[in-house]
Amino acid sequence: MEIKVLGSGCSRCHKALEMVEKVVKENGVDAHVEYVTDIMKIMEYNIMATPAVVVDGVVKIKGSVPSEAEVKKILGV
Amino acid sequence: MIQTFADWLIYEVIGLSADSRLGSSLDFFVYDSLKILLLLFLISALMGVVNAYFPIERLRNYLMTHRLYGLQYFLASLFGAITPFCSCSSIPLFIGFVKGGIPLGVTFAFLITSPLVNEVAVAMFLGSFGIKVTAIYVVSGILLGMIGGVVLGRMHLEPLLSDWVKQIQAQSSAQTAEWEEEKVSFFDRLPQILRDSWNIVKGVLVYVLIGIGIGAAMHGFVPEGFFETYLSKDNWLAVPLAVICAVPMYANAAGIVPVIEVFVAKGIPLGTAIAFMMAVVGLSLPEATLLKKVMTWRLVGIFFGVATLFIILSGYLFNIFL
Repeated sequence: MEIKVLGSGCSRCHKALEMVEKVVKENGVDAHVEYVTDIMKIMEYNIMATPAVVVDGVVKIKGSVPSEAEVKKILGV
Repeated sequence: MIQTFADWLIYEVIGLSADSRLGSSLDFFVYDSLKILLLLFLISALMGVVNAYFPIERLRNYLMTHRLYGLQYFLASLFGAITPFCSCSSIPLFIGFVKGGIPLGVTFAFLITSPLVNEVAVAMFLGSFGIKVTAIYVVSGILLGMIGGVVLGRMHLEPLLSDWVKQIQAQSSAQTAEWEEEKVSFFDRLPQILRDSWNIVKGVLVYVLIGIGIGAAMHGFVPEGFFETYLSKDNWLAVPLAVICAVPMYANAAGIVPVIEVFVAKGIPLGTAIAFMMAVVGLSLPEATLLKKVMTWRLVGIFFGVATLFIILSGYLFNIFL
């Protein structure tokens, strides 16, 4: 699984990244987590609010810090 | 009710005298903190509900597909006011607007109001100055965004955007982006909205407490009319000076409003104080460096210059009418 957390470096974006990393680690999800801060790359996903979480190229969460349950849901664990 | 609780806590439980400086300062601190945190939570939740039903993508699609004869400036500015502001979202929003072929002036209208009128500033104003001053702040913030947007739009600043943004603009299409309506019931959404509100409260909690702490200390110890000598209404330089000092400041609205409240109580004209607040909250150096990613320094300068000028003008207007 290819997970990308998009964010321009604000605290909310860091929180989203931490949450995703935590769920991946605790549940042993076979996934590669990448933190994307380059605004030009972020804009390729056509989002208007950060943080956003992209799973295998599909934007799953945008504009909010997800809860643990939400991350589990989108990662299917 | 909150006042009763604060009085009970300070005067009964801790046992300080209501006449002592420490007692009245502490009472003020407990009362103000509780009131403001409660307001902040409620207002964030309210904005969360509004945003769940009118997401920014919907505004963009609406602006892209309708001819509005000027009303678009109002809508962009109004939306700037009700969307929760995070400085890190301003760039994606800016690009999103440009991508949709929305005129630069309308985008600027949004960009001015978005940080200026936000949930934290509104809650702090409501808690510190009451409903009348808050209404003036919000309405003039929205007007400021509209007027600033119209003026900046007239200046034809497109050539001053960054090259990669110009490319995006050239490729912009009036085609509405795929926008999937999420059919989630209100009660399913509510926990998420409340959690977000709580996160906002948690995020600024420290600043609120520090700000109110300083305010409470000053409240008890700075003499009445202390500032009048320096920053009275008759001193016409006071407004521009206050605003220009405030522009580079990146103070959290949560931390600074309680301090300003005391300044006003001790004799600074309300108009000068509101203009100062607008400049602190609405314009900041970190925002300028973020905007640099999508525009040239010259355009950042023009944007800040126009916004500063209008904030100064509104400061004078407030001082005349308030």
